[in-house]
Amino acid sequence: MLEAGFADPVHEAQATFRALLEATARPGTILALPKPQAPLPLPPAAGAIALTLCDSDTPVWLAPPLASEAVRSWLRFHAGSPLVDNPGKAAFAFAVGMDVPFGDLAAGTDEAPERSATLVLGVDGFGRGAALHLSGPGVAKETTLQVAGLAPGFIAWRARNHALYPRGVDVILVAGREAAALPRTTSIREG
Amino acid sequence: MFGGLDLLATTTHAMTPPATETPGATDTSHGRRHWMSVLARAPRDTLEAAVASVEPPPNWTRLRGPEAGTVMVRGRIGGTGAAFNLGEVTVVRCSVRLVCGTVGHAYVAGRDLRRAELAAVCDALLQTAHAAELSTRLIAREAKRQAEERAEARRRAAATRVEFFTLTRMG
Repeated sequence: MLEAGFADPVHEAQATFRALLEATARPGTILALPKPQAPLPLPPAAGAIALTLCDSDTPVWLAPPLASEAVRSWLRFHAGSPLVDNPGKAAFAFAVGMDVPFGDLAAGTDEAPERSATLVLGVDGFGRGAALHLSGPGVAKETTLQVAGLAPGFIAWRARNHALYPRGVDVILVAGREAAALPRTTSIREG
Repeated sequence: MFGGLDLLATTTHAMTPPATETPGATDTSHGRRHWMSVLARAPRDTLEAAVASVEPPPNWTRLRGPEAGTVMVRGRIGGTGAAFNLGEVTVVRCSVRLVCGTVGHAYVAGRDLRRAELAAVCDALLQTAHAAELSTRLIAREAKRQAEERAEARRRAAATRVEFFTLTRMG
């Protein structure tokens, strides 16, 4: 059954955009996003990001656990995004769980590094689990982000991704209504 | 004022039909096309009365809108009769879902939000068991009225026609 999107599309999309700017400018900051009526199993924060950033010009890839008919039709109706089967063709990739094809995502080119994908990755929660020590632009010295339920291979892939700069995939971690960004410029040390 | 309505600005995106996978929603058969066009031209009072007469009274959820925006309309206005951008028209769009899950859409010229919402509800109801009753009581009757109105407008316009026949022969 098709669900509604944001209750107040203009203001909630603006609030989400502002929160994402803040999260990206200060990696490690956890921000709560407005909650749309996103169909399960799409995390509400991922739904808010999709309604705010995705439109008919941004191909979207959904990881198999998310690609239910309810989610697909919801995204097509509210965002109007084309859904692609190949993660390499996506401008936005939404994934949850343990099996994420990190290496397939578009990292852009040296001439056009902005043509890279943004990965919206669902995790179990913030404030518990593995500690990620972040440093780089937007972080004074070092900050710590605790993430539970991070897909295996993420840290290793993220290190390779960081080395690609200016190319690279930008990551937004989501859990429930919360989101934290790990832009390509952020370097991550586990421990 | 029109924020959030993304069919603005470019002609390529204008009036892109809502992409849904809901059963019936992708039905572009003559039947649905016909009733949607009739509903888009129906006055608000007619729609209000039609929805009010449905038993039991329908309940619906708003999926999107009603929201106002503009769409670029094309017409045969070029010197050779080719289609070109005629101008922007204010449009209200609305999508609703009935309790049973049936989705209805409406794009209605003007700024009457309620009218677009009622048209969307009627579109949804016409895909349910109420179809037979609504198509005779609402669609057939309203289509006839609209045809008469058009014929009347044509008749009045035709009365002012000027024949350049003689003039042409003299030249």
